[in-house]
Amino acid sequence: MDTYITVQNLSFARGDRIIYDNISLSVPRGKITAVMGPSGTGKTTLLRLIAAQLAPDEGAVMVNGEDIHALSRSGLYKARKKMGMLFQSGALFTDMSAAENVAFPMEEHTDLNSSQIHQIVLEKLHSVGLRGAANLMPSELSGGMARRVALARAIALDPELVMYDEPFTGQDPISKGVLVKLIRQLNDDAKVTSVLVSHDVEEALSIADHVCILAGGSVIAEGSVEEIRASEEPQVKQFLNGDPDGPVPFHYPEAAVDRGVVI
Amino acid sequence: MRSKRTELFVGGFIVLAVLGFTYLAVQVSGLAFSGKKDSYQVVARFDDIAGLSARAKVTIAGVAVGSVESISLDKELYMGLVTMNIDADVNNIPVDSSIAILTSGLLGEKYLGITIGAEDEVLVNESEIFDTQSALVLETLISQFLFNSDDSEE
Amino acid sequence: MKALGSIGAWFYDWLEAVGRAGIFIVQSLFRLPVRYKEAFSLLINQLYSVGVLSLVIVVVSGTFIGMVMALQGYSILVKFGSEDAVGQLLALSLLRELAPVVTALLFAGRAGSSLTAEIGLMKATEQLSSFEMMGVDPLRRVIAPRFIAGVICLPLLSVIFAATGILGGLVVSVGWLGVHEGAFWSLMQQSVYFDTDIVNGFIKALCFSIAVTWIAVYQGYECVPTAEGIGKATTRTVVVGSLSILALDFILTAAMFGDF
Repeated sequence: MDTYITVQNLSFARGDRIIYDNISLSVPRGKITAVMGPSGTGKTTLLRLIAAQLAPDEGAVMVNGEDIHALSRSGLYKARKKMGMLFQSGALFTDMSAAENVAFPMEEHTDLNSSQIHQIVLEKLHSVGLRGAANLMPSELSGGMARRVALARAIALDPELVMYDEPFTGQDPISKGVLVKLIRQLNDDAKVTSVLVSHDVEEALSIADHVCILAGGSVIAEGSVEEIRASEEPQVKQFLNGDPDGPVPFHYPEAAVDRGVVI
Repeated sequence: MRSKRTELFVGGFIVLAVLGFTYLAVQVSGLAFSGKKDSYQVVARFDDIAGLSARAKVTIAGVAVGSVESISLDKELYMGLVTMNIDADVNNIPVDSSIAILTSGLLGEKYLGITIGAEDEVLVNESEIFDTQSALVLETLISQFLFNSDDSEE
Repeated sequence: MKALGSIGAWFYDWLEAVGRAGIFIVQSLFRLPVRYKEAFSLLINQLYSVGVLSLVIVVVSGTFIGMVMALQGYSILVKFGSEDAVGQLLALSLLRELAPVVTALLFAGRAGSSLTAEIGLMKATEQLSSFEMMGVDPLRRVIAPRFIAGVICLPLLSVIFAATGILGGLVVSVGWLGVHEGAFWSLMQQSVYFDTDIVNGFIKALCFSIAVTWIAVYQGYECVPTAEGIGKATTRTVVVGSLSILALDFILTAAMFGDF
C-alpha cells in the first residue's frame, strides 16, 4: 500500500488527560481515509498533529516521507502549502468576501497577477457551485455555503492533502449530500489524499476507501469499509450501529473520573 | 469603495491630530515657530529675584520686548544674575534705564519692567543695566511696615 | 508558610505570563518576512477601526472635561480674584495629566476591549489556525498591525483630547463666565512649556498606548476560545489595562515632574 501519511507510535496528552496512547495508523495516497470515533476522542487533535499545529509527546508523523515535526518553521510553512484543511466552523476570514477568502492563499504564496487569481477563484467557486456568491461576505452565507467556500479556499493551491474536520456536523441533509459529492469528486478528479474526521457513520462510510476507528486513546479498528462493516469487535459494532449500551456503557462509570481517562 | 473611504478617514484623523498638536504648541504653550527672533543680550544683577523664572517677559510700558534667558547666582557679589534677550528692533534703550521685577496681579507671574532713562547712549549686546529694583517680597514689606510704624511712635 | 508558597506560585505564574507576552510581541513585530505593501494596507484598516472609531468618544469627553474644569476652576479662583488663571489651570492639568490618562482609560474601554474580543473571536472561529494552516503567520498578519495601530493612535487621540478640552474650557470661561480672553491666553502661554508639558504629556500617552494595546492583543490571543473565555478576556483587558495606566502614570509623573 502506498501511504501518504504514517503515524508512528504517537502519544499525546493534554495536562493529565491522555488523548493518544501509542497509536499507529496510515493514510493511503490518493484515497479517502475516514477517521471515526465517539465525541471527545480527540479526532480534531489528530488533524492538528498531522498539520504540526500541535507537537506530540512521543512518536512521529511522517507526511509524504518527511517527519513533519522535525521541520524548521519555514520548512513547515512550505509543507503546509501542500495541505488544505477544512475547519469545522469553516473559519472564513470575516473581513473578506467569499472571493477574497479563496484568493487569499494564492495572493500569499504565488506570483500570479490579480486577473489570473480572479480567474482561478471563479473556477474554484464554480467547482463548489457558488460562483454566484463570490461577492458575498461570510456573514451573508448560510452554514453550508460557508463550508463550501471554505472548501474552495482549502483547495485553492491544489494541495496534495486535504483534511476535513467534521464536515457534516450541523448540516441539513441536502448540504450533507452536496458535501459528500464534492469530497468524492475532488478525490476522483484531482487524486488528492483526503483525511476525513467524522462521527457521522453513514456519510463517512459512503465515501471512504479506508477507515480508522479511534476510541479511548487507541486505534480499535483499521481497514477497508467492508472489513470494518464485517468486524466482530463489540466496540466497533456498537459504534457503527449506535447501540445505547455495550462496551461503552450507558452509565458514565464513577471510577473513570479518578482514573483521569475519559472515554 | 470600502478601502478608499477608510483611507480618507484615517487621513482626516491624522491631519486632525497634527492640527491639534500645532494648536497646543503655538496657541497654548506660545512656542514661536518663526525661529529665534534677532535679539541682543542684556544682563542685570538683582539683590533678590524672588520667583522670577526663565522665559518670563521683559516689558517696556507693559509691552513685551523680550524674555529672560537664564538666571544664575553671581558668586562674587552674591546677587541674582539675570540674562535676558531683547528684540533687536528695540535698539534704543538708554544705558541709564532702570529695571524692576514686577508681579501681574496678586498671584500672577513675575516679569521684568524697564523704565526708560535719559542718556543718549543706548544698550547694546552684553551691556548691563545697573539700576535694578528687586522683587517686592511680602514678608520684607510687612516687616518694613512694622519697623516704620515703630519708628514713628518713638 | 503555605501563604508564602502560594505567593511564590502566583509570582512564578505571573513571571511566566510576562515572559510569554514579551516573546509574543517580539515575534509579532520582528518575525520575517514582511510584505510592506500589504502590511501598510492592513495597518490603514486598523488605524481606522482603532483610531477613527474612537474619535467621537474622545472629542466629546475632552470637550466636557474641559468645560467642567473651567467651571470648577473658576469657582475657586474667583475667590482669590485670579479667575484669569483659569486658562493656566486648564492647560496644565489637561496636558500633564488628564489628556493622557483619561484618553488611555477611554481607549482601554473602547478600542482595547474590541481588539481583545475581535482577536478572541478569530481564535474561537479557528481563523487564526486557518492562517497558520495556509502558511501565514497569524502573529504577523493579525497581531502586528493591530498592535502598531494602537500604539500610534493613542498619543494622537490624547493630543486631540487636550486640544478639544482647552477649546471647551475657553468657551465656558471666556464665552460664558466672562474671563478676559487676552489674559486667558497670556497666562496660559506663560506657564505652559512646550518641552516639559506638551512633550511629557505626549510621552506619557505613548507609554500608556504601548501598555494598553499590548495587554489587549495578548489577552485576545491567549484567551480560552469560547464565548465565556472571550468575555473574561475582554474584562481582563479593561481591568488590567486601566490599572496599568494608573500605576504607570504615577511612575512617569514622579520621573517627569517629581523634582520640584
